[in-house]
Amino acid sequence: MELTYEMQGDRLVVSVPRELDHHVAQSMSREIDFLADTWHAKTVLFDFSETEFMDSSGIGVLIGRKKNMEMHNGTVLVRNLGERAGKIFEKSGLNRIIKEEK
Amino acid sequence: MEAQNHMSVRFDAKSVNEGLARMVVAAFMTDMNPTLEQIADVKTAVSEAVTNAIVHGYEEEEEKQVELVCDRKNRQLMVSVEDHGVGIENLEEAMQPFYTSKPQLERSGMGFSFMEAFMDKIEVSSRPGEGTKVMMWKYIEGDSEQ
Repeated sequence: MELTYEMQGDRLVVSVPRELDHHVAQSMSREIDFLADTWHAKTVLFDFSETEFMDSSGIGVLIGRKKNMEMHNGTVLVRNLGERAGKIFEKSGLNRIIKEEK
Repeated sequence: MEAQNHMSVRFDAKSVNEGLARMVVAAFMTDMNPTLEQIADVKTAVSEAVTNAIVHGYEEEEEKQVELVCDRKNRQLMVSVEDHGVGIENLEEAMQPFYTSKPQLERSGMGFSFMEAFMDKIEVSSRPGEGTKVMMWKYIEGDSEQ
């Protein structure tokens, strides 16, 4: 699974894969933590435009990154949630914890 | 007219098979003319149950087997996911929203909540040392009768 990461200013933009499940969660979390640290990112922005599937393992990834970023006064944002990931955010209450950038 | 169908699949307890399980169930239910949302809901619930079997039931011992069964009776879909792993000591606690026995792995503790939210009904039976079986039902109204 190839994931795409890009620095835009002080934001690390993560292109979330088509399917965000337990199978990709651990390596994705490791890579984001490493890159955010190396590139001194202030924000990790998850872009869901390619994502068709997400389960509770994805919630673990997002909450985990939020905790890590907040230790260094950073933040986590999401964008392009779409219908499916939007439903998961709503059902889990994640939408009250992590803001969507419109 | 009675419409019945049955399927059972066994696969290795590897995380790559979580996607396989979702695809197999989605393909099985295609014949019931589900909406896209119904397919996505069932896929989410299946993904949660299979992930639990792999992460908790077998604690990532990849050569162990997960059994997935789909059963259709008319518009009623039943999906079960079974492992012969460690089992659950305290089922009530395990099914609480946000409870996880493995916080160090960044599990969100939402697995059972999602199965309940996305299916009509779920039943969990588990014995410590013997394994866990999750049965889930969903009524598939369907876009139109074939």
